Order: sequence, then structure tokens, then C-alpha cells
Amino acid sequence: MNSNRGLDHDEKLLFEVGDVNRTGVDLSEPENLSQMLGDSFSDSEIGLAGLSEPETVRHYVRLSRKNYSIDAGLYPLGSCTMKHNPRLNEKMARLEGFSEIHPLQPISTCQGALELIDLISSWLKELTGMAAVTMTPKAGAQGELCGMMAIKQALLNKNESHRKIVLVPDSAHGTNPATAAFLGFEVKTIKSNREGLIDFDDFKKNIDKNFAGVMITNPNTCGLFETDIVKISELTHKSGGYLYCDGANFNAVVGKLKPGDLGIDAMHINLHKTFSTPHGGGGPGSGPVVFSERLEKFCPTPLVENDKGEYDLIESLDGKGLSNSFGRLNVFHGQMGMFVRAMSYMLSHGADGLRQVSEDAVLNANYLRASLNDRLTPAFEGYCMHEILFSDDFLKDTGVETLDFAKAMIDEGYHPMTIYFPLVIHGALLVEPTETESKQSLDHFISTLRDLVDRLKEDSDSFKAAPVFTPIRRLDETQAARKPILRWKEEPLIAV
Amino acid sequence: MRYLPLTNEDREDMRRVIGLENVNQLFSNVPNSVSLDPTFNLPNHKTEMEVGRILSGIANKNMNSNQVPFFLGAGAYKHHIPATVDHIIQRSEFLTSYTPYQPEISQGTLQYLFEFQTQVSLMTGMDVSNASMYDGSTSSAEAVSMAKRITKRNKVVISPTLHPQYAEVIKTLISADEDSIDYKFSENLDFSSLISKIDEDVSCVVVQNPDFFGSCHSLEELADHIHSKGALLIVVVNEVISLGMMKSPGDMGADIVACEGQSLGNPLNFGGPYIGLMSTKDKYVRQLPGRIVGETNDMSGEKGFVLTLATREQHIRREKATSNICTNSGLCSLAFTIHLSLLGERGFKKLSKLNHEAAIKFYDKLKNLEGFKVRNKSFFNEFTLELPISAAIFVEKMAGKGVLAGVPVSRLANQDDSFSNLLLVASSEINSDSDREDFIKLAKEVCYE
Repeated sequence: MNSNRGLDHDEKLLFEVGDVNRTGVDLSEPENLSQMLGDSFSDSEIGLAGLSEPETVRHYVRLSRKNYSIDAGLYPLGSCTMKHNPRLNEKMARLEGFSEIHPLQPISTCQGALELIDLISSWLKELTGMAAVTMTPKAGAQGELCGMMAIKQALLNKNESHRKIVLVPDSAHGTNPATAAFLGFEVKTIKSNREGLIDFDDFKKNIDKNFAGVMITNPNTCGLFETDIVKISELTHKSGGYLYCDGANFNAVVGKLKPGDLGIDAMHINLHKTFSTPHGGGGPGSGPVVFSERLEKFCPTPLVENDKGEYDLIESLDGKGLSNSFGRLNVFHGQMGMFVRAMSYMLSHGADGLRQVSEDAVLNANYLRASLNDRLTPAFEGYCMHEILFSDDFLKDTGVETLDFAKAMIDEGYHPMTIYFPLVIHGALLVEPTETESKQSLDHFISTLRDLVDRLKEDSDSFKAAPVFTPIRRLDETQAARKPILRWKEEPLIAV
Repeated sequence: MRYLPLTNEDREDMRRVIGLENVNQLFSNVPNSVSLDPTFNLPNHKTEMEVGRILSGIANKNMNSNQVPFFLGAGAYKHHIPATVDHIIQRSEFLTSYTPYQPEISQGTLQYLFEFQTQVSLMTGMDVSNASMYDGSTSSAEAVSMAKRITKRNKVVISPTLHPQYAEVIKTLISADEDSIDYKFSENLDFSSLISKIDEDVSCVVVQNPDFFGSCHSLEELADHIHSKGALLIVVVNEVISLGMMKSPGDMGADIVACEGQSLGNPLNFGGPYIGLMSTKDKYVRQLPGRIVGETNDMSGEKGFVLTLATREQHIRREKATSNICTNSGLCSLAFTIHLSLLGERGFKKLSKLNHEAAIKFYDKLKNLEGFKVRNKSFFNEFTLELPISAAIFVEKMAGKGVLAGVPVSRLANQDDSFSNLLLVASSEINSDSDREDFIKLAKEVCYE
């Protein structure tokens, strides 16, 4: 039966269209030399399906057309920063001098690679106003881990390992408490106040002799700048703790202020957010961490060193500058491919362009806020930073929930905003337009959302049924979790 | 600025709608003690052409593996990547989409990840796989963490032939106290000594295969011993092309498999981004970290895919999550799965054989070379060569003559002198007879002239 719909082709699984006898590569013939694998040799069938080259291209191109992308439209996922990904960055990352070099080739043959790491390091330090940077973390969450491990190591170094309590605001990303808990810290949640900011009194109340530090996202996940951040950092330091800053939202202030001036001790930077390396459907990311002088010496291996124009890589844990290091986060030296893309982005923008990036990102978000606040309900008074948080109050008595509203946006040609996050706001809708949307694009988005809100009362059923113009309708997630089918398997032959 | 669509007129119009006199009013929550618009000691914006020149200039200072005979491995391998792979992964819909949180408009990503999970399960001989981790080293550390959760035991026994940096990562990420991890880097893998270390506090034994020095092992008996003591076997695979000719980790009794998947679809990239694979048995799936894609039906009964078992994950469980991982290696897993789909069973096995034969041909040339000795009894596409001189000096001199010759073991063993003359050399389908001849000829010159 033909289940294609216009441009949307039904595409069966690789294992249904391909088989073990087909291949899409031409390789020279092996010479059947006698094998040297000992008793670990095997030639039994694995079951890998293959396709010819034209079939491969068609399979993946058809699949690709079932995805929404920033290249195709506004992608307002709050806290995710879906901005334009310049193709120059892709081209630069593919220069053979970057992509075709091995992480362990002799240091004299990879001076350019080390120069690139040194260059991006110096930009990140200058932009953040921090003393040191480590480039190795492979994503934001690993950056968090890195920063918190440095804090743990610093406490150990001072013989203060009894300091076990890490304070995390209730509006934080889930990775924050997960990271602290993974390291054996005890997580205590601190409340947000009615303005969507950390409740300074609650923060103060939770500090005792076991206080290790606090993890703060700034601007926070409500899209607001933590106005007490300097007070918080002062009290944190006075109390013998450390301030970790989740830099997921650095894109709101890059080029506009130096986070170092806020008194933070460590902050990760998501190169895939602020510096626009592509999200790739969920990675790869890159999460360098900047450190204050108080934490600098605890950073992980490796380090790039520049001695009179010659670059060196300090890899071994007893190497120079690493005697207090907390260790190694991953094999080799970090996400080089992402460093090149981010460097290309930074050089393209320069200091002036980066300041314009944060100003436009914040301007765009506030323009949405001002144009939507009589239809949707902003969760907090006043201006926002780069993203605007709405509560589901505007859906009250309509029978439509946040999820339904999000799904209806899909039928209007938009990827929904982040929903049900942060947890502090009921039915939250978090919208981040980014600076790479034009006014025209924002105006279209605004009129679409206004129309949807106006439709709520008369036509709530269509929200419940949405989306309908997609390759597939709403999926049963409960069924997926209750009876997990996590891979293709050949149907067992049933004896007749 | 070419990436910013707002014009000054737009900005003015928008400020008027918001009711602003100047844009800095939007930053009024920033404390007064913090200066807005500080001076940065950085250049201003550059044209596309200027950026291209600067970065090409830096790239050209590196000796790249396409220019010279190349024999490096030790956890990162050079293979030919079909042109189709890089074309498809640059399609907008794959390159510029986010984690598939909205399944109705992300079926492309979700379906290829489901296919990827199937491929990884099959090649490692396991029941299930996740949708990838950052790289092989973090996969290995997550595997250890998972084994500790499953067995509720604390100690970890690591084979002496695990990649030293992998062991450092496991120690850094897992150990609450140094004593809980048993690892002493050495060339000798003695199963009976590993077995003797397993007591009732040991959660798992970590074995790399082929091991760091390139030797291949049959692990069934070891697995039986480990299981009889209630511990788990974690098998680490650095070179996944070996799985086309070797018994799968699952067939040999592995409970969790952690691999570096870079060899399929992903270039060397000076060490990243790469792709960690992780697979296990059905019964442990709820302890598996990372994203997992599952099949389900939509409201009209059609088959589709979603992210599933999210109750393990940080965004739901927060401090009780199985791991803090959020992003994985999405696009690298796409490159992996496309390359493997192009190969298919036949191509994969042939590629595996070509790799093995390239190493055998090299071995045959080296074994008769005076002063050089191959230390391995078995190998797949990489082995350890004992040189008449220091390996660190050897590779620098060879590089001077235009050959990237291998990885000195001492570089990874914190410069330990006992390994100073050992060199890891890898071969693959990219190596020609003339590459091998160049190596031999120049190696003699470097050592004896």
C-alpha cells in the first residue's frame, strides 16, 4: 500500500529496505592471508543491513525531510539558543589541517592545532574576564561536572571536605542537581522569589558550616538577570564557598559585560549555544570552563603552553602546572572540530559584533514580550533578557493545555518553544527568538501566536487534535516507556 | 554584520514598541558595580574572506594525515570516509535541528537513532544500546558507574592493558577514593591475576579488546569467573572495525560494552568530536545513561519513534538521575550510521579484513628488520613495535622525513622510561605498499644513520 503523502515519503527502516548482501562502497579484494587474531577470530554473521549508494542517499534524504530545522524556520526553544549556523564555520572545520590531524601526532607537527586552542582560550578569557580556561569538556553538562570537580578539589586541598552542601535554585537546569549529586554533594534547593530571582534571604538561611557552594544560572532560566549576583558571590566567598555559574545563557550578555566582574569562580560556556556551533540533532557540543584565580590550579589536564612562540601540550598529570589538577575528563584534548567553528564565529563577529549579538538577542525577546503580553501571560513583570517566560494563565478555562498549544504551533509551521520548563512556573512556555531572526520573521511569529490565542475559545478541539499536517500525529509515549522497543528485530517466523 | 538581520531602522521601531529610549535599559538588572560595555582587547568583525585566510593559515601549520604515510592509532584511527557521509550530515534538517523533543517534527533524527541503536546492538552482540555518548572514554566511565549501580558494589578492577587515558578518565569521574580502583598500566594481561583480585566488593572488571598494545583476547573464561563472583564484565573497544572479524563482546560474555565509534564516519579531528557507543543486556536497560529512542504508535495507529525511558534522566530526575549527560554526539552518530549503512554486512567485513591484512603485511616486513621487534602474538590492525632507539625521538625524526610513524607508548604512560622504546603502529585500508616501504626505509635511516 502506498502511504506517501506528497513530499512526505513513508520511509521504512534501514533493516527493511536494506539487507546483508547489499553494499554502497567499492573496496579492493582481500588477499585471504592467514589471520593473526588467535582464538578471538570469528566470521559469523552480524546482521548488518547495507544499501547501495543511491539507496543510501534516498533513505537519509527522505528521513531528513521529517525534521524541523533552524535553516527552515524560527526555532524558539528557550534555553537552547537555536540561532543561525554560518556555513563558513563548517568549511573551516573541514580544512584538512584541522580535520585530518591525529590527537597524538608529534607536537612539532600540530603547532597550528595548539595555536588554535590557545587563540580560542585567549578569546574566552577576555570575553569572560576570567583568569583561566580549560577547553576539554565535551558538552555543557560535562563543563558543569568540570567546574564542580574543581570546587571539590579546592575544598579537598583546604582540608574542608566536610563542606558537602551545594545550593541549587529551583529554576535550575536538571543537569545542575544531577552534576552535584554525581560528585557526592548534597543538593539543597533554594527558592525563587516572586520576581523570578533567587530569594536572597532563603539563600542566606541555607548557608552553614557545610556549605560548599552554589550553582547559579545567569541570566537564569526565567530569562532574568540575577540582580543580587554580586551580593550572592560576596556572601558565598565570605562563607568559604564557591560560586559556580551555569553559562548556558551567556549569549545574552556576551560582549556586553564580563562575568568575571560578577565574582564567579567557574562557568561553562556552551559553544553550541553562544558561539553557534550546530546542534546536530543533539550534539556534539562543547563546554569549555573558565575559572577564577581561586580555582585555576585545580583545572584538568591537558594544558596548552606557549613558550616563546613554540606551543607545547602538557598531558601527564605530574606535568607542569598540573600538580593540583583534579584529573582528566576525557581522552585526548577536547572538541577540536567545535573549537574551529566557534573561532570562525568569533572572528567573524569581533568584539563589536558580539556586543550587537547580545543586544539584538535581548531586543528581539523584549519585542516579542511587548507584542504578546496582551494575549499570552508573561510570568514576571519587567524586561526580560534573551528569552521570555510565559505561564499558562492565558489558557485558563479553555480546556487547552500548554502541550496542546505547542502542538498547534507545529501545524502553523513553527517549532514550539520550550515547554514545562522551568519547573517554577505552571505550564511554562519559554521563548528564545535569538538575534538571527529578522523583524519580519518575528512579526509573522507574533501574528501567528496572537491568532492561535484568539482561536482558543471557539475551537479548542483543534488544539487537542494537533498536529495534523506532520508526517506523524501525536505519539503514545506511555506505551513506548512501558513496553520498550529499542531496536529493530527480525519478526520470528511463525510455524503454520 | 552579515549574520544579524536587524537594521538600525528595525531596532528603532522595536525600541519604540517596547517603550525604550536606549537598549541599555534592558540591562538595568545588572548591578551598578558591574560595568556595561567594557573594553575588550579583541579585534572587530571580519569579512568571510579574512576569517578564511586567518584560519587556513593556522591549519596549514599542521602536518595532516592526507599529506604523508600515516600509522597512528591508540584510540583514534584513520579510515576512508565515503563522500556521501559528509554530504548527508550537512543537510540542514540534520545539522541545524535540536534534540528531538517534539517527535512529530523530528522523525528523521529519531528513526536514524533507532537504526543506529540496532546497528550498535548487533555489532557488539548485545540486546540494547543508547543513542551515543561523548566518546569511548566517557562511555567507559559511565559503564563503570552503571556497573556500580547494578551490583551495589564499590571496587573496580581495570585490566593493565586499558588505554591509560581511559583509566585516568574512569579514575577522575568515578572514584570517591583512590583505593577503590585497581589499575597498573602494563603490557602484560594475565587473566589469573585479574581473577584473583575479584572479591565481594568488586563491581566490575574492565577489559579493552583489542587491548591498548593491539593484542586480541578471547574472554569467555574470564567472563565466567567474573560472573561466578557476582561482578560484571565491561568490554572496551577502541577500534570498532575489529568487530567485523572478531567474536563480539556479547558472544564473549560482556555485560556492558563501551566503544569509541570514531572509525566509522568520523574524521580524526585532533581528538574530537568523536562518538561513544554503549550497549548492554535487556535486564540492565533502566540503568543505561543517556538518550534512548523507542518505537511506539501515534494516535491514528501509525508507527513512529520517541525519546523514551526519560525517568532515568536529569531533566526529570534531577539529583537522582543515572547520569548528568544531556547532549550526546547526535551528528557523529549520524555519520557513523550512514557509513555503516553504506558498508552493510559485506562491506564491513571486507573493510575489517583489509585492515587486518594491512597490518599483517606491515608485520611481515617489520619482523625481519634488524633491531626491530613486534611484541604481539596476536593483533587486529595495530601492534607494538620495539625500536632500537627511543620512540619519542623516532617519531620526531620520522616526521622530519615526512612520515607520521606511530604513537610512542611513553607519551601515554606519563613518560615512564620502561616503555621508552615501544611504539604503537596502526594500519588500515588507507596504507599502501609504498607507505610501508617508506616507513621501513626511513626507519633504518633514522635508527642507524
